[in-house]
Amino acid sequence: MSDKSHDPNQMTGAAMIVRALIDHGVTDIFGYPGGAVLPIYDEIFQQSEVQHILVRHEQGAGHAAEGYARSTGKPGVALVTSGPGATNMVTPLTDALMDSIPLVCISGQVPTHLIGNDAFQECDTVGITRPCTKHNWLVRDVNDLAKVLHEAFYVATSGRPGPVLVDVPKDVQFATGTYHPPRKSDVHRSYAPRVKGDATQIRKAVSLLANAKRPVIYSGGGVINSGPEATKLLRELVEVTGFPITSTLMGLGAYPASGKNWLGMLGMHGTYEANMTMHDCDVMLCVGARFDDRITGRVDAFSPGSKKIHIDIDPSSINKNIRVDVPIIGDCGNILGDILQVFKAEAKKPDIKSWWQQIAQWRARNSLYYKKSNDVILPQHAIQSLFELTRGKDTYITTEVGQHQMWAAQFYGFEEPHRWMTSGGLGTMGYGLPAAIGVQVAHPDSLVIDIAGDASVQMTMQEMSTAVQYELPIKIFILNNQYMGMVRQWQQLLHGNRLSHSYSEALPDFVKLAEAYGGVGLQVHKPADLEGAIKEMIAVKRPVLFDCRVAALENCFPMIPSGKAHNEMLLPEQANDEATAKAFAAGKALV
Amino acid sequence: MNQPASAYFIEDRHDPNETHTLAVLVQNEPGVLARVIGLFSGRGYNIESLTVSETEAQKHLSRITIVTTGTPMVIEQIKHQLDRMIPVYRVVDMTQTKRSIERELAMVKVRGQGEHRVEALRLADAFRARVIDATTESFVFEITGNTDKINQYIDLMRPLGLVEVSRTGVAAIGRGPEGM
Repeated sequence: MSDKSHDPNQMTGAAMIVRALIDHGVTDIFGYPGGAVLPIYDEIFQQSEVQHILVRHEQGAGHAAEGYARSTGKPGVALVTSGPGATNMVTPLTDALMDSIPLVCISGQVPTHLIGNDAFQECDTVGITRPCTKHNWLVRDVNDLAKVLHEAFYVATSGRPGPVLVDVPKDVQFATGTYHPPRKSDVHRSYAPRVKGDATQIRKAVSLLANAKRPVIYSGGGVINSGPEATKLLRELVEVTGFPITSTLMGLGAYPASGKNWLGMLGMHGTYEANMTMHDCDVMLCVGARFDDRITGRVDAFSPGSKKIHIDIDPSSINKNIRVDVPIIGDCGNILGDILQVFKAEAKKPDIKSWWQQIAQWRARNSLYYKKSNDVILPQHAIQSLFELTRGKDTYITTEVGQHQMWAAQFYGFEEPHRWMTSGGLGTMGYGLPAAIGVQVAHPDSLVIDIAGDASVQMTMQEMSTAVQYELPIKIFILNNQYMGMVRQWQQLLHGNRLSHSYSEALPDFVKLAEAYGGVGLQVHKPADLEGAIKEMIAVKRPVLFDCRVAALENCFPMIPSGKAHNEMLLPEQANDEATAKAFAAGKALV
Repeated sequence: MNQPASAYFIEDRHDPNETHTLAVLVQNEPGVLARVIGLFSGRGYNIESLTVSETEAQKHLSRITIVTTGTPMVIEQIKHQLDRMIPVYRVVDMTQTKRSIERELAMVKVRGQGEHRVEALRLADAFRARVIDATTESFVFEITGNTDKINQYIDLMRPLGLVEVSRTGVAAIGRGPEGM
């Protein structure tokens, strides 16, 4: 037997954690110290390969890690203590699960012998996070730690990506054991996500595509998760087939907004042309999207006349909400490659000229129309100006949740994937500011803007302090209408205009607030001043809170009233009181 | 009103519910049963019966047998949702294969005297239930069979002095030489 004290793989659990991070190429982690993770923080202190970003609240660490992951395609890592540290991670973990974001959370736990004793800062972390992670582990033996950490990274990043959590009791962090670098046998034999699509199904899909008269491609976040190759292939498929393409909120940027086949986003606040194309199509190719209720509207009236092809890496996404004709399970990059190959070899571009003429008529309805004003800034106009003034720059956009998020999706044109970070599935207010921090850490020289609302941004405002500490020049572009705009919009449409608790009576002075944090505050009221102020914001190389005072009562259209079909959209010019009352008459119970 | 109350309710209106027995082979690790049960409660699926035990100790494999009800689309979802859990090796729909045997064991306590006691014994014989405990005024019967048979037996015992029942839930296995 060799002397174990000279074996470089003998180390404490805490050292293993840092070593595993390094072995998985992690350079930045987001966290907050506490009693149950002190041994890990001690290791972090004594090395320089992994940079730790100290947040102000664990939720901020989680969203920052999400922003980091979404903008890079690499897993985001968060480190939190036991008890409240872990419970504060529940929101970001759930958010990452809904949006398939690879996230590795390491949480401290009370020592093994105290588990179950209601010890100080104890909670059943694996129990609490079981339904909001792809998988989680409680490590009771230091000699299992290396294997579990490597498996955690693999599970988070492979198949349909998602969040994982490794709970490490403090005594395991102190204990010495044997570390090993990542190896194949670290992973459950029961976990083997399917990557390659079935050849017969691919042929069926190509045959449908080749004979389509009224086709549409509907792409989602899965294309972006699959990596740059999938984006490239999607663009090529659009080029080769000449088909119109729309996308979910999560999929924006996979096909460029300036592309000639682009219909705009679909769904509840999607464009009229995108939704009508979906409704009237005869062949639908869904790539890496999951037919969720914000996309489909009323499911029994969803695209009634079409054959549907669904590419998804998660078999449970198939036939969950909408029955499809040709499911293809596997990685969308891989399958798009196969479809292209077969299509190019055996089919030619279908003639869909009359379909495009029909789409042009829908487009002519100009569903994103809004009336500009010289007196007050329209929120749509603010986003358009922001887009024009940042076009061509190396820009990343995050958002909070609400009207501003939908306007950002409608009016900011994304040309590339990984440039748009938003909380789609869970709809987490307070996501955007910490996410912007994560993005800026990953891309220190880029322009990172959080398009925010005055209500959402206050949910995680404390992370301004993080931005200032690490000199992260994030720009928080607040569309300030003094309301929880989307809540108010639903109250106006569905609850007899009784605006119950959706008005912010006591907003902070955002300029002073920025200055109090050590950042820069800007405020603009007049449309004439908007452009200059945005330019100033971009020029400042420090964190900025930009208080953009916008028309308070503007609402977000077009809109599919919940529970209605795609062809029952409410367009902005129709959204007078009577029409809205009628459209929403039956919808009170809807979400 | 002819509109559904919520967009989420629309799909479930037409198809009738079916009962399916699922065999789930899992890695026997801490929390695995909680994951499976949490999936069912979290997503609103039904559990009619659930049995679980380690079946291959060296490989740390456990077999969970779940009887569940739902529309065909929901049953498909349940299978996929189970299958994508990390410690799940295989999910087999024993009902769909139509080549499976299902058994359940019940222990049935009956208290009575005189003619009732004799009748209980006679029925036990007809159902091939065994007496595994007896006193001068009670029996405990052990009965094995499919769920229907056990239900029927329990119904018959009711007027004869049924005291309590303990059931294992359904275990299932495929016919023929092949394993799952």
